[in-house]
Amino acid sequence: MDNNMRDKKLLEVKDLRVSFFTPVGEVKAVGGISYDLNYGEVMGIVGESGSGKSVEAYSIMGLLQSPGKVVGGSITFDGEDVLAKTAKEMQDFRGNSVSMIFQNPMTCLNPVYTIGNQLIEAVRCHKKVSKAEARAKAIEMLELVGINNPERRMSQYPHEFSGGMRQRVMIAMGLICDPKMLIADEPTTALDVTIQAQIIELMKDIQKKTQMAIVFITHNLGVVAEICDRVSVMYAGKIVEQGSVEDIFYRPQHPYTLGLLRSMPRVDAEEYERLIPIEGTPVDMLNPPAGCPFGPRCEHCMKICLRVEPPSINVAEGHTSACWLLVDEAKKKEATPNE
Amino acid sequence: MNKELIRVEDLRKYFSIKMGFMKYNYVQAVEDANFSIRKGETLGLVGESGCGKTTLGRTILRLHEPTSGKIFYDGEDITHVKMLPYRRKMQIIFQDPSASLDPRMTVGEIVGEAIDIHKLAGNKKERTERIQQLLTQVGLNSEHSNRYPHEFSGGQQQRIGIARALAVEPEFIVCDEPVSALDVSIQSQIVNMLEDMQKDMGLTYLFIAHDLSVVRHISNRIGVMYLGNMVELAESNELHKNPLHPYTKTLMSAVPVPDPAKSRARKRIILEGDIPSPMNPPSGCRFHTRCPYAIPRCKEEVPVWRELAPDHFAACHIL
Amino acid sequence: MRIQKVFGFFPFPTWQMDVDAVLGQRDYKEDDFNLAEACEKENFIETKASLSYWQDAWRRLKKNKVAMVSLVIVILLLLFAFVGPLFFEHDYTTQVRGDENIDPSWQYPFGTDNLGRDLLVRTMFGTRISLIVGIAASLIVLVIGSTYGAISGYFGGRVDDVMMRLVELIYAIPDILVVLLLSTALKPALTDWFNTSDSALAGALSILGPSLIAIFIAFGLLYWVGMARIIRGQVLMLKEQEYVTAAKALGASSSRVIKRHLLPNCIGQIIVTTCLQIPAAIFLESFLSFLGVGVSAPLTSLGSMASDAIGGMYTYTYRLMNPAAILSVLILSLNLFGDGLRDALDPRLKK
Repeated sequence: MDNNMRDKKLLEVKDLRVSFFTPVGEVKAVGGISYDLNYGEVMGIVGESGSGKSVEAYSIMGLLQSPGKVVGGSITFDGEDVLAKTAKEMQDFRGNSVSMIFQNPMTCLNPVYTIGNQLIEAVRCHKKVSKAEARAKAIEMLELVGINNPERRMSQYPHEFSGGMRQRVMIAMGLICDPKMLIADEPTTALDVTIQAQIIELMKDIQKKTQMAIVFITHNLGVVAEICDRVSVMYAGKIVEQGSVEDIFYRPQHPYTLGLLRSMPRVDAEEYERLIPIEGTPVDMLNPPAGCPFGPRCEHCMKICLRVEPPSINVAEGHTSACWLLVDEAKKKEATPNE
Repeated sequence: MNKELIRVEDLRKYFSIKMGFMKYNYVQAVEDANFSIRKGETLGLVGESGCGKTTLGRTILRLHEPTSGKIFYDGEDITHVKMLPYRRKMQIIFQDPSASLDPRMTVGEIVGEAIDIHKLAGNKKERTERIQQLLTQVGLNSEHSNRYPHEFSGGQQQRIGIARALAVEPEFIVCDEPVSALDVSIQSQIVNMLEDMQKDMGLTYLFIAHDLSVVRHISNRIGVMYLGNMVELAESNELHKNPLHPYTKTLMSAVPVPDPAKSRARKRIILEGDIPSPMNPPSGCRFHTRCPYAIPRCKEEVPVWRELAPDHFAACHIL
Repeated sequence: MRIQKVFGFFPFPTWQMDVDAVLGQRDYKEDDFNLAEACEKENFIETKASLSYWQDAWRRLKKNKVAMVSLVIVILLLLFAFVGPLFFEHDYTTQVRGDENIDPSWQYPFGTDNLGRDLLVRTMFGTRISLIVGIAASLIVLVIGSTYGAISGYFGGRVDDVMMRLVELIYAIPDILVVLLLSTALKPALTDWFNTSDSALAGALSILGPSLIAIFIAFGLLYWVGMARIIRGQVLMLKEQEYVTAAKALGASSSRVIKRHLLPNCIGQIIVTTCLQIPAAIFLESFLSFLGVGVSAPLTSLGSMASDAIGGMYTYTYRLMNPAAILSVLILSLNLFGDGLRDALDPRLKK
């Protein structure tokens, strides 16, 4: 793919809102997020549980189950409005234009069908090819993901594969129709560290070869530093900071991002440094605060932070942060000491 | 010179699995563990799935009966004794806080159970006071003692578990992956709390985790386990600067580092293949099937556990 | 500078264009950019308002129309049986000479029998007896079955094997036969004891009659096995839970673990199984009473009333229909309610 494509927008998410209508109330899982992804780019979506990162990925794929519903915003993929697609169009869309791989490979593969069967099914769902062609493509994909003896492995069942191998099969299934984008929802969280390293290397290799765009969802900042080009940090359904991977790690401009970086123990730390935790507990999504969702836990929380939601402020080229501290008035306050 | 609080000699734990009518197979969960934990220190135990670290921790507490070998607590052989008096001295914190708290009991009852079993309070008033004091100590509101576990967040539930362990005034706590199931922003709170507790009460920890970053941070010494064997044991900084065993080196390079420049610059050792099953471990050195430096001897002979540098142990043929 | 302290190393110029466009018209309050007080922050931190297990179950139960209707019917029948007779001056044994064999009328809504007894009151009383026998028998099953099942499940291994073999043996025994045998065998001995003994126990038991006692003994010997199996299954599952390990790590004894941790967590299953056991017990008792081996005069139950009415089935049809109908409705409602309860308490359906 030439560099021209790299600057073209593949995915545009604008002000996406998703709510779950539960018996105990409306949970605003995603409260208006916007981000763009260019061709061939790897975007990391970082957040903890309850941040809404998986929910927004599911809404791109149209896999939201009731009681969840998209209540606002737009998703544009390759110029097409994803939310306006019919069910049949979405079926065509999934797997073909956008693929998704999940966290737990054990539950995502059907135990009663062979791997080959499932791979061939994935191809023939979307492309009119003969069985022989589909089979050849499946073997090619298994080789691509680094599974030895692919012909023999095709006739094996999922339980004959280990966790790492199953995740590779999932990746093969995701890539088999040459999608333009891959959504990876915590693909390495359930894997051991050495297997995780293997899978990350594999994904980096494949991404370089196919120049596919990836949306990589995780809570592990280390993995993000390894593989992502750009990062969006989510908290309680909102994107609090967005930028290139260097921006986020070396020049964080949001208290939450900074808090995360300071509170993580590092294996490469030269000497013992006490961790600086983020105080408080994660926000209750049934009753989110009116202002900034991170307000109650922020040591720099101002009165306006509890009252009004902060706007997304451009800190640098391609780097935004939603924080009242970055607003002119806040800095003026800082300049005139009034205590 | 710190005295040894726990010593483990040739400890083995095998689980038998029924394979058929009369056939049994064994999962060799822990094989010939030999190490000690000094008073007041934190020994980190790290490894991947199937390495036996959780089994080892629980066997030391005799929650699993050892298949063979000896366990010493403060010099006394506790391998076959009645454990009730020792249950006061040795406690455990679990990985999944919501699973380790009885959903039918209130927080006060959960923490109070420890007091009741060991008869630590003379009357009801003392008991209530003690419970409230414990809850405050772990950062919870003492009014919460009438609530049920599911009404709390994961981090708070873990604090309840810690309060329960502290209720008996232990000397030694096995921390079995205490922060793995918690959100990233909460993990550091709990880690700090554990460190503070250790300083204030002179506790000794066996800290089990698969996340090398957390283990590196909190431990004085670290033991690395692979498929039931301990392959290396050294002081925390020493292990990081000078890892000897090939598996340790691989593990260190596999841990993702939250620093893009460093991350892309470093050269990682990527292992081939998957972790073998503990039911059918490889012969000789169990790591030889994946080891980039394996020699023929590794397949035939089990390497000897020896001290290769001051207070730095490892079991490997090529060292 | 606060900004620099927060964000560390490189002070970045913030480009205000977007902000002004967004905030242009906004008015700020005087102290908006002062630090917020700790108490203000506290107000935003709300604790989880989640449903407890019972609230959640009750909500699900309410949604189940069939179960709610059945519950109402059961409550009505309970009132009928226990509160109904209070409205009448005469009781179920009062024989009003001259009022024999009257068809249903305003004075006697269910008519009278050949001895002049008010059939409505007798039916109410019969329902009461059926319910009491059903509930008592279910309680026997509950106590024996849950204890046995919990012990067997908790200890596992050899103990469990032996105890379960015993259960299987008992399953193989034909229960009705045992009841008949017991009542026949015990009748002479018990009647003797009742006649000769002066103790209060004998007095109380003599009211029940030897057949009914035989039924209770049979329940105690045979019918607890279903409950035992269910509880054993639950305990086998629960004892792997980490809170059980935690209790053991604290030094809890086996009896403490079973009493405080395992059985309370089986409450759902216990309630449902007991609830479904009641109609089964009522059915059995009615069946046996119908055969003549259940309650004995002067006590009456729905089954025995039906039995009495067989003779005049074609002339006084209502005498058979009334108790039979009430019996059927009672058993059906209890079963439907029990089913609804099981669905409501099933944790797997929990969202």
